[in-house]
Amino acid sequence: MTDSATQARQAAGMAPREVPGAASGAGTAIRTEDLRKTYKTSRGDVPAVRGIDLNVPSGELFGLLGPNGAGKSTTIGMLTTLVLPTGGRAWVGGIDVVADPVGVKRRIGVVTQNNTLDMQLTVTENLEFRSRFFGLGPREAARRAAQLIDAFGLGDRRKAMATDLSGGQARRLLIARALVHRPEVLFLDEPTAGLDPQTRVNLWDILRVLHDQGQSILLTTHYMEEAEALCDRIAVVDHGEVLASGTVDELKEGTGADTVITVRYEGAVPDGLAAGTGLEGRPGVGKVETDHDRIRVFASEPDGVLGELVAAGARAGLTVRDAAQLKPSLETVFLNLTGREYRE
Amino acid sequence: MTSTTSSLTPPDGAGRTGQDETATGAGIAALIAEAPVPHPTLAKTFGAMMAREFRVLRRNSISTFMRAVLQPLLFVFVFTYVMPKIGGGFMFGGAAATAGAGAGAAGAINFATILVPGLMASMLLMQGIMAVTFPLVMEFSWQRTIEDRALAPVPIDVLAGQKIVAGAVQSFLGALIVFPIVLVVHAAGQAPQVHVTNWALLALILVTASLLTSALGLLLGTVMDPRKMQMVFAAILLPATMLGCVYYPWSAMHQIRWLQMLILINPMVYMSEGLRAVLTPGVGHMPMWAILTALIGGTAIFGYLGTRTFTRRVLN
Repeated sequence: MTDSATQARQAAGMAPREVPGAASGAGTAIRTEDLRKTYKTSRGDVPAVRGIDLNVPSGELFGLLGPNGAGKSTTIGMLTTLVLPTGGRAWVGGIDVVADPVGVKRRIGVVTQNNTLDMQLTVTENLEFRSRFFGLGPREAARRAAQLIDAFGLGDRRKAMATDLSGGQARRLLIARALVHRPEVLFLDEPTAGLDPQTRVNLWDILRVLHDQGQSILLTTHYMEEAEALCDRIAVVDHGEVLASGTVDELKEGTGADTVITVRYEGAVPDGLAAGTGLEGRPGVGKVETDHDRIRVFASEPDGVLGELVAAGARAGLTVRDAAQLKPSLETVFLNLTGREYRE
Repeated sequence: MTSTTSSLTPPDGAGRTGQDETATGAGIAALIAEAPVPHPTLAKTFGAMMAREFRVLRRNSISTFMRAVLQPLLFVFVFTYVMPKIGGGFMFGGAAATAGAGAGAAGAINFATILVPGLMASMLLMQGIMAVTFPLVMEFSWQRTIEDRALAPVPIDVLAGQKIVAGAVQSFLGALIVFPIVLVVHAAGQAPQVHVTNWALLALILVTASLLTSALGLLLGTVMDPRKMQMVFAAILLPATMLGCVYYPWSAMHQIRWLQMLILINPMVYMSEGLRAVLTPGVGHMPMWAILTALIGGTAIFGYLGTRTFTRRVLN
């Protein structure tokens, strides 16, 4: 981890090391302490989550942002009791996920990444039976199902089999189903993956309304803009570790709030070229990184940087193939933290 | 959707396809504000899961009924009506007489009498596997819809137990459906000699046999590779049935001693023989203590193993 990333962790107020008992205090929706998961496979141990610390207060909409395979789903799996941790501890609503999984399951609603609707049942039945699993009587369950169907705009499809729903309808029903018992914490694993942009925006609105009502929410996403649009706070996750966490603004500031200027040349960048630009150490310029055929500059004052890079290339006989200037965003945060471009 | 509920509008003003396609902000807010307070208990959740099974069973009632009726109906029709008619019963009369002699029973025992308990046992196994194994393989593959039920507020082994009970109910019903068929369908003079003296014992045998097949179904469903489901028929159902004392009583096997001993590993043998003991006492059968030990012990073993593999597959 780079120095700036370490600073970001501190600036963003990563979960402080406290006694575990503190987690059961009121007002904490989710808390993890050095949570780990290593899968045993025929090819040896594969670490999926390598010690994650989270502290999500009640009422917060918290996002785990990271590329596919970063360990987000495994983390959500552990928090929702379906994946057994191999190290560390986690509490949801103050309850230990390993010691009392049933207690946790009573308090959570989960929107899985896959379509896990009961394919043998209709839309209404999916909601009714889920309500009854959570202890509502048949009549109460029918009332709750009707309420959910109306709120989620599924009135036309109430008698449809779950197999016959469109992707957007299925996702709405999955969310509705997760809310039958008014969970303390709502988990959504990649809620908008694979949806068209409009359905996605509609789902964002649903989540915003739920959030406004004080619903604690943890979602995972690999979409930068989704995390930026929805979340109070974000943890950037990659390779099973939290690289930084905080509000979007904190993350941007914590990592230098830099514009990232990338220039890609026709060939490999020779040693000394980056140094020759004189950019390093200039006021308003942070890191200068060379990565095979490209130079990346993190700058709070980006004026003139691009010109310098092009000119330096020309002096070394390198033509510029591609140039990009990224405004401060989660994408630049990710670049800064990992030195790699964000792969969705 | 009423006009009093405010609908959600995308912040960028993007158009929407229509009211029916969107959620309402007020409606969703009310979901949180006006939510019933659930008090789940193990019994309520278990009951709701059973209710769900019956709803699905009712929806698929025609195909379930066909599955349960057609196979035994055709079987009994061919073997106790068609064959005796065209062959004068020489084939099976001979076999049955041997069976009767082996058991030391007086008088000739027709094939229909042998078949009544045999086909009931065979149906128990078939239904147990159809009701548990096949849906389970679906639930574990592809979208892992098992996670839906796994998130219900009960321990995972209770979920496994619920699958066994639900499968056993279907298995039990399947056997009950066979009973009138095997009693009624036969050629003149080929009526099976069924005589129940101990109804409680019959109920006990049926219940334990149903649980046994269902527990076996759970185990198979959690260890089978979904791509090799055909194997269940070829490697399990077929040998279990053919070598399960369905078509002949175990006692008649004394002439092939090695096979008589070998098939003792087949749980099907004890189901057939158990029903034979309580339904057609005129045919020789193995001792009741052996039957009950095997049925109860088998249920316990398969139930334990099935629950363990189920839990392992649900929890990563």
